Amino acid sequence: MISLTINGKTTRVDADPGTPLLWVLRDHLQLTGTKYGCGIAQCGACTVHLDGRAVRSCVTPVSMASGKHVTTIEGLAETALGKTVQSAWQEVDVPQCGYCQSGQIMAATALLKENPHPSESQISAAMDGILCRCGTYNRIRAAIQQAAEHQIIAESKGGAK
Amino acid sequence: MKTQIENMTGHEASRRIFLKGSAALMGGLVIGFYLPLKSGRAYAADAPPKPVYPPNAFIRIAADDSITIVVNKSEMGQGVYTSLPMLIAEELEADWSRIVVESAPVAAVYNHTGMPMQLTGGSTSIATSWEQMRRVGANARVMLIRAAAEQWGVPESECHAENSRVIHASSGKHSSYGALADAAAKQQMPDNVVLKSPADFKIIGKATKRLDTPAKINGTAQFGIDVYLPGMLTVLIARSPVFGGKVKKYDATEALKIAGVQGVYQVPTGIAVAASGFWPARTARDLLEIEWDEGPGAALSTPQMIAEYLALAQQPGAVARKDGDTEQGLKAAHKLVRAEYELPYLAHAAMEPLNVAVDLQPGHCSIWTGTQAQTMDRAMAAKTAGLKPEQVEIHTTFLGGGFGRRANPRSDFVIEAVQAALVSGRPIKVVWTREDDMRGGNYRPMWADRIEAGISKDGKPLLWKHTIVGQSIVADTPFEGFMVHNGIDITSVEGASTLPYVIPNLQVDLHSPKNAVPVQWWRSVGHSHTAFVVETMIDELAHLAGRDPVAYRLAHLPAASRYRGVLQLAAQEAGWGKKKLPAKHAYGAAVHKSFDSYVAEIAEVSLENGKIRVHRVVAAVDCGMVINPDGVRQQLESAVAYGLSAALHGAITLENGQVVQSNFHDYAPLRFSEMPRIEVHIVASSEPPSGIGEPGTPPIAPAVANAVFTLTGKRLRRLPFDRETLV
Ligand code: FES
Ligand code: FES
Repeated sequence: MISLTINGKTTRVDADPGTPLLWVLRDHLQLTGTKYGCGIAQCGACTVHLDGRAVRSCVTPVSMASGKHVTTIEGLAETALGKTVQSAWQEVDVPQCGYCQSGQIMAATALLKENPHPSESQISAAMDGILCRCGTYNRIRAAIQQAAEHQIIAESKGGAK
Repeated sequence: MKTQIENMTGHEASRRIFLKGSAALMGGLVIGFYLPLKSGRAYAADAPPKPVYPPNAFIRIAADDSITIVVNKSEMGQGVYTSLPMLIAEELEADWSRIVVESAPVAAVYNHTGMPMQLTGGSTSIATSWEQMRRVGANARVMLIRAAAEQWGVPESECHAENSRVIHASSGKHSSYGALADAAAKQQMPDNVVLKSPADFKIIGKATKRLDTPAKINGTAQFGIDVYLPGMLTVLIARSPVFGGKVKKYDATEALKIAGVQGVYQVPTGIAVAASGFWPARTARDLLEIEWDEGPGAALSTPQMIAEYLALAQQPGAVARKDGDTEQGLKAAHKLVRAEYELPYLAHAAMEPLNVAVDLQPGHCSIWTGTQAQTMDRAMAAKTAGLKPEQVEIHTTFLGGGFGRRANPRSDFVIEAVQAALVSGRPIKVVWTREDDMRGGNYRPMWADRIEAGISKDGKPLLWKHTIVGQSIVADTPFEGFMVHNGIDITSVEGASTLPYVIPNLQVDLHSPKNAVPVQWWRSVGHSHTAFVVETMIDELAHLAGRDPVAYRLAHLPAASRYRGVLQLAAQEAGWGKKKLPAKHAYGAAVHKSFDSYVAEIAEVSLENGKIRVHRVVAAVDCGMVINPDGVRQQLESAVAYGLSAALHGAITLENGQVVQSNFHDYAPLRFSEMPRIEVHIVASSEPPSGIGEPGTPPIAPAVANAVFTLTGKRLRRLPFDRETLV
């Protein structure tokens, strides 16, 4: 049995410690928002946060997640930043088929957490590993920039209090 | 274990009181009832009975005023869960904020208006539903108004509908649709309702946010791969590494030792491993020892196939078009070009790998998958399971990309999953790994082309002889009968035999060799190949004539053609011939018609360390009347990215019958850093709407190739471009 903290809740799963976190999330816990795209760290569809940092859950053995905080798309709205990113995504109307979008949003949120005001080239570098076959990249950039702006506004309001 | 078997929006909607209006149309009682829906199975009992357009097959109005629109097309990113409801809501005078979407079950009422089956493809959804869906909405509106007029004892003509309410202006009476729904369903279906004039549109033509976005940003959107049934096993199948190969013998001893593995079975396509989840199934599958009888497919290697194709391209083929006399043209030409083109097989590589969940019970089969072709899949599933089609239900989930792959004319992935369900005796979900999906065939065909073209002394195109070599995508499928005429598969020559330029001596020939590689439609079908060939060649002729490539095209396009409008608009917006581009940047242009829509693209390109860099694409589109302008923009952005992906990097090649590529490291889709800025300009039009999911794809490869010629003087005639060394 492996103990995991996912989206703030602790669960125990009966899985081989070498099983990728992706398949524990999906097959054991039915947290299906995290997607399988390639299984070899090439597409980013499986991106989740491990202690706030973006990782590829398809190549992360579940044993490595034990004792850390795992955040998936299902739990993202619990943070202010996650909510901001999702609402920017909504406003720009980013998704098409939608399959890559959980990974995109998780990667974008991790980027903004580390770097609240990324430049275009920093956005490009951070997002280059997350594939979208529907070509939503320009809208992803716009949504990240919008979320960054909202953050600035939120910060300045927060600062005024 | 949580069960996730509701249809995606059925979940929400199922909790509401539904109006079962179809009963009214059959003269029966109208009943408002609860569907305590935990499985989608209630659909079968509730299947609409008549092959007509009863509004209720598409619309359900609940007592709380929410309006469920049942969409009979598959949502694969193209926005059809938004655009079709917009058509209905416009005529229904519905409150857009209360629209909920549900995917349609399989029933004749949901057939494509142009063919006897339920199918999403060919960029036809809007064009062929445009009239139907508005009529559905208008009929329901009239029935609601009649119900209100009857209740109030006022003439129907004094009432009007607005924002999901019927209003009698002179008395001030009004009632919500929810309150009127039961009475409305008892009304006669109106005949010949007059549809709105476009000047009165409130929803159509306005940029509208997608209804599926909320579910796609919080992880709740349900794709086929997200379906989990009680007691379900995950099945991975080891398929022949060579197309057409068969299992000779196998040993599963080691595979069966993996914890979680429930069984290993032989199925017609290979060896199936059924396990408690993906990971044990994959681990076990790697341990199978299989000896294959590879068959004749093992002889196929790309270089030798291309050589054979190019040799065939020198021979006369079946004639797809013949104007004038190309032999005469050849003699009379002032200047000539001869060129050969090579285009590879392409995988669709949708982000969601193929998958199908099947629950096979005695006398019944339920299937959950993201399919574009419900009727065919149901028929083939039924045949495979020994059932009648009515005993098979298909639940269409969201599709994590389709691009044509999920409308397989042989129903390959569905049949195989039913075969696996037959032997495993449990609810199963067959999941294809990325490698399986990439190597699973059903590719855009490989093509070789040859063109001889010439101009007269005054620079006009005089001769155009085009020979095309490649497999027919419909050969040996149910589509062959109506898509192949006199040996010509129309999809093999579309865009070439329909060349718009005025050329007195023009001939297009086709060879359709057969081999073991399964082929299929791929976003924009034949145009994905022909636009590259013809739009780079017309550019060559312009240069041969010493003319500007845009001016040359305009000079030789027929006077009234809609090609001209998009080409002129794109050129104007890009500042073609006027704008000063950064040093070592160049523009390239292309224009193409597909699916009745016209798209011109101008690509701004430079070379960075010998690699092509596309900075910006200015696109102009004429797709008739526009339903959702933002949807059109999305599709252009998407179609350009998809076409550019293939143009720069996409190739599936074979070595001794085996596919060389396996995953995204060697079949590289366009990445974020490679995405050009895209500007979309829409031609204002009052023509009926035409396709938008695909027409943006064909022009991008030739536009980029033409820009590269301007930069380097080198003609790119082989795809993908990253195989060329450029300086
Ligand atoms: S599934 Fe993990 S990176 Fe592709
Ligand atoms: S939205 Fe379809 S893959 Fe990104």
